[in-house]
Amino acid sequence: MKSAVIVFPGSNCDRDLAVGLERASGKAAQMVWHKEASLPEGLDVVALPGGFSFGDYLRCGAIAARMPIMKAVVDFANKGGHVIGVCNGFQVLIESGLLPGALMRNSGIKFVCKDVELVTATANSAFTNTLQKGQRLTVPVAHHDGNYIADSELLFKLQSEDRIAFRYADNPNGSVDNIAGILSDNRRVLGMMPHPERLNDPALGGNDGSAVFESLVSSLTVSA
Amino acid sequence: MPTETAAEPVITTEIIRKHGLNQAEFQLIRELIDREPTWTELGIFSAMWNEHCSYKSSKLWLKTLPVDGPQVICGPGENAGIVDIGDGQCVVFKMESHNHPSYIEPYQGAATGIGGILRDVFTMGARPIAAMNALSFGEPSHPKTRQLVHGVVEGIGGYGNCFGVPNVGGETRFHKSYNGNCLVNAFAAGLANTDEIFYSAASGIGMPVVYLGAKTGRDGVGGATMASAEFDDTIEEKRPTVQVGDPFTEKRLMEATLELMQTGAVISIQDMGAAGLTCSAVEMGDKGGLGVVLDLEKVPCREEEMTAYEMMLSESQERMLMVLRPEKEAEAKAVFDKWDLDFAIVGETIAEDRFLVRLHGEIKADLPLKALSGEAPEYDRPWVKTAPAQPYADVPDISPAEALLALIGSPNHASKAWIWEQYDHMVLADTAIRPGSDAGVVRVHGTEKALAFTSDVNPRFCFANPVEGGKQAVAEAYRNLCATGAKPLATTDNLNFGNPEKPEIMGQLVGCIKGIGEACLALDMPIVSGNVSLYNETDGTGIHPTPTIGAVGLLSNLNEIIRMKPQSGDKLVLLGETHGHLGQSALLADVFQQEIGDAPKVDLSAERKAGELVRNLHKTGLVSAAHDVSDGGIALAVAEMCLAENTGAEVANASALPAIQFLFAEDQARYLLSVPEAKLTSLLEAAEKAGVPAQSLGHFGGDFVALADAFIPLAAVKDAFESGLPELVG
Repeated sequence: MKSAVIVFPGSNCDRDLAVGLERASGKAAQMVWHKEASLPEGLDVVALPGGFSFGDYLRCGAIAARMPIMKAVVDFANKGGHVIGVCNGFQVLIESGLLPGALMRNSGIKFVCKDVELVTATANSAFTNTLQKGQRLTVPVAHHDGNYIADSELLFKLQSEDRIAFRYADNPNGSVDNIAGILSDNRRVLGMMPHPERLNDPALGGNDGSAVFESLVSSLTVSA
Repeated sequence: MPTETAAEPVITTEIIRKHGLNQAEFQLIRELIDREPTWTELGIFSAMWNEHCSYKSSKLWLKTLPVDGPQVICGPGENAGIVDIGDGQCVVFKMESHNHPSYIEPYQGAATGIGGILRDVFTMGARPIAAMNALSFGEPSHPKTRQLVHGVVEGIGGYGNCFGVPNVGGETRFHKSYNGNCLVNAFAAGLANTDEIFYSAASGIGMPVVYLGAKTGRDGVGGATMASAEFDDTIEEKRPTVQVGDPFTEKRLMEATLELMQTGAVISIQDMGAAGLTCSAVEMGDKGGLGVVLDLEKVPCREEEMTAYEMMLSESQERMLMVLRPEKEAEAKAVFDKWDLDFAIVGETIAEDRFLVRLHGEIKADLPLKALSGEAPEYDRPWVKTAPAQPYADVPDISPAEALLALIGSPNHASKAWIWEQYDHMVLADTAIRPGSDAGVVRVHGTEKALAFTSDVNPRFCFANPVEGGKQAVAEAYRNLCATGAKPLATTDNLNFGNPEKPEIMGQLVGCIKGIGEACLALDMPIVSGNVSLYNETDGTGIHPTPTIGAVGLLSNLNEIIRMKPQSGDKLVLLGETHGHLGQSALLADVFQQEIGDAPKVDLSAERKAGELVRNLHKTGLVSAAHDVSDGGIALAVAEMCLAENTGAEVANASALPAIQFLFAEDQARYLLSVPEAKLTSLLEAAEKAGVPAQSLGHFGGDFVALADAFIPLAAVKDAFESGLPELVG
């Protein structure tokens, strides 16, 4: 599996995400600077990391979504490429129109960093296919603006099309329907607030996050 | 001769006083330059000679601290201390206060405190990998406390989270002596290769001096001088002296600086912290034995019509000064262009001992450079020894159950999760032990090694008995590292005291430094960096002496980590001796609101023996968990272990003392261990061989924390622990 991690100024989980992808795939991810206008050839996955791209000034992810590289990422997704956005990466995916809805300030107002329990809401995606529906994972969150909102029409669409990837067992931010991550309509773009790359190594106290990367490797290696 | 500009204020006695200089110091300036200083020169002297930059009251005593050891690569005097961790790698760390700014403007004051300490670390070529914060607030009931807690915690989180450094530990206390003067002590540690360290000493004549980073504004003008003054009712007027932080720019500045260092363009580099351009330029020249010329019209400014005085004293954040290898200019500038940061050549090094500051060709300051730091006044301030405290010989009348619940729900001992869940403590994905334990642990990226971090001090002990209190702060840091399985390496000290011009306050400083020095020497934890914050007084009342000790330990492999989580069914073993010392204890202070008695005596050789034993016992597989015994004695330590694993425990009074005294005494050099039953005999034998008293007090397991005859439901302990802080400040 060939992967790339996009680096914006202010990204701070870019290395962590690259480590997660490499651990699962055995191949180093390529780091791509946001001022580039194109992606490397032959990629299977593009990953948008967590952090504070452009300081989260204006609105989280809004400036990053307008950088040259994002045109190429949108093209890649439109052609059926797989894209994962974690935390700030999820915010960028929404701002760039690859995923619907919005991420608002946490209902508790404060930044929250802690482990949460996630419930796998669908196994039907390249990001979750090694999991069972209903399977629980412990993965940390660390964000200020992770409160996912959708109007009733969109929410119904996400539910009926089985596009909710993960739900919180104990909602930390006020997200509608406890949504922690959603899929695009072609199921190839995943945005999630929790950080699977942070509990990805038993030596650090947990390995549940690796399921997301291993799912990607298993589905993309089979299809390749 | 500098040019006098008509618009500049006339220097009067009042103006000199407002610059934090006394008449004798002003006279010294006149003698040094053999004429009257200009307005800009007065500003420069005031910046260099204030307490914060010159250490004029503390230097004499700081010199007595142990700073050497085979592990030390760089001791105090640089931006941060450097300690060898093997394999060609080193850890670079320091702790620094931002007390006064945080009280005046909590969010920005705390945020820029974090920014400053992170810059100190990456200026030396190290990528920051961990941060901690030691916070002291006034009583929870004081009208300002809640606002300060919220502002400071949000400021720390807002800056550190965005920058991307995990906040893995620290401490938070509440005490009335901080009602009018909170303390915000920020620690940062970074990782570097030992052959890629950068220092501040300039070298080479005619080398370009380059300004890097954010633009200069009027924020923070006079900040370092403000930080060295006592507070009174004019405090609101001081708000403009607090800087404004931009963590996004700091993150870019770090990436750009580390990238720049790889190009080979850097001769020397220094961050602009207190007193900004003045301090950094003088520092680089002084250390390199060179002079410096600055042409201020080349300084990137974000405000119009800034005067030389303002530019020299601005404390705008996220800026650096570097001496550049001229042939690398294009390459270096390209790095800063990439990160959209300013890069401007603003001056050059010269052979003469001269600090020449020009604006549009007009000379605004022309001073002997060496004298600015070398001739700074140094005082042997009068001091009196703190009077010995009357020992406390009583035993308070309370049941162990009532005492435990009251103590663990009190603001000083309740869970601090409300605070540290607002800090990203896992970014960089190497955090192995999160906040809330004895010490935070971060893996050295790409290796199996790890570093442990803790910060400790007990200001009550230091107030009652500065020497023992100073020792105790170091000993507790040592214990926290050992209880985590780490070998203690070195320390940084952040000395927060009141007005040193009062002999009793100076006596506290002298006593604490003596105790710290003795302990650092005996425990082989040299001081490699630090900071002194004096004049922490409001309307004439000083804070409790608070010499915060930040300490770093090394684990050669992650599997050496000892966690705080006991195994249900394990034996509960106490290491160390319990004499029943209750003077200045948490029980008296936080349950009975009594601060009486003497601080406990610290036996440094017992500390060392016990600490080494704990690490060895774990390596030989004899313990499943450990925790140091400090505030609140055995009772609080057992409860904290139980909460860490959500299991109960039964503890017997294994002494002839009354149960309350046995359980809540704060004798030092003690640990609690969780020991598999089958290993108990071997463990006791090993302890005996090491000369460390050890006894089994009971076992872990069940749903109760049973202290002597009192059975307290674990759920009640948990509830008190978790709800204590949010109820007060949430």
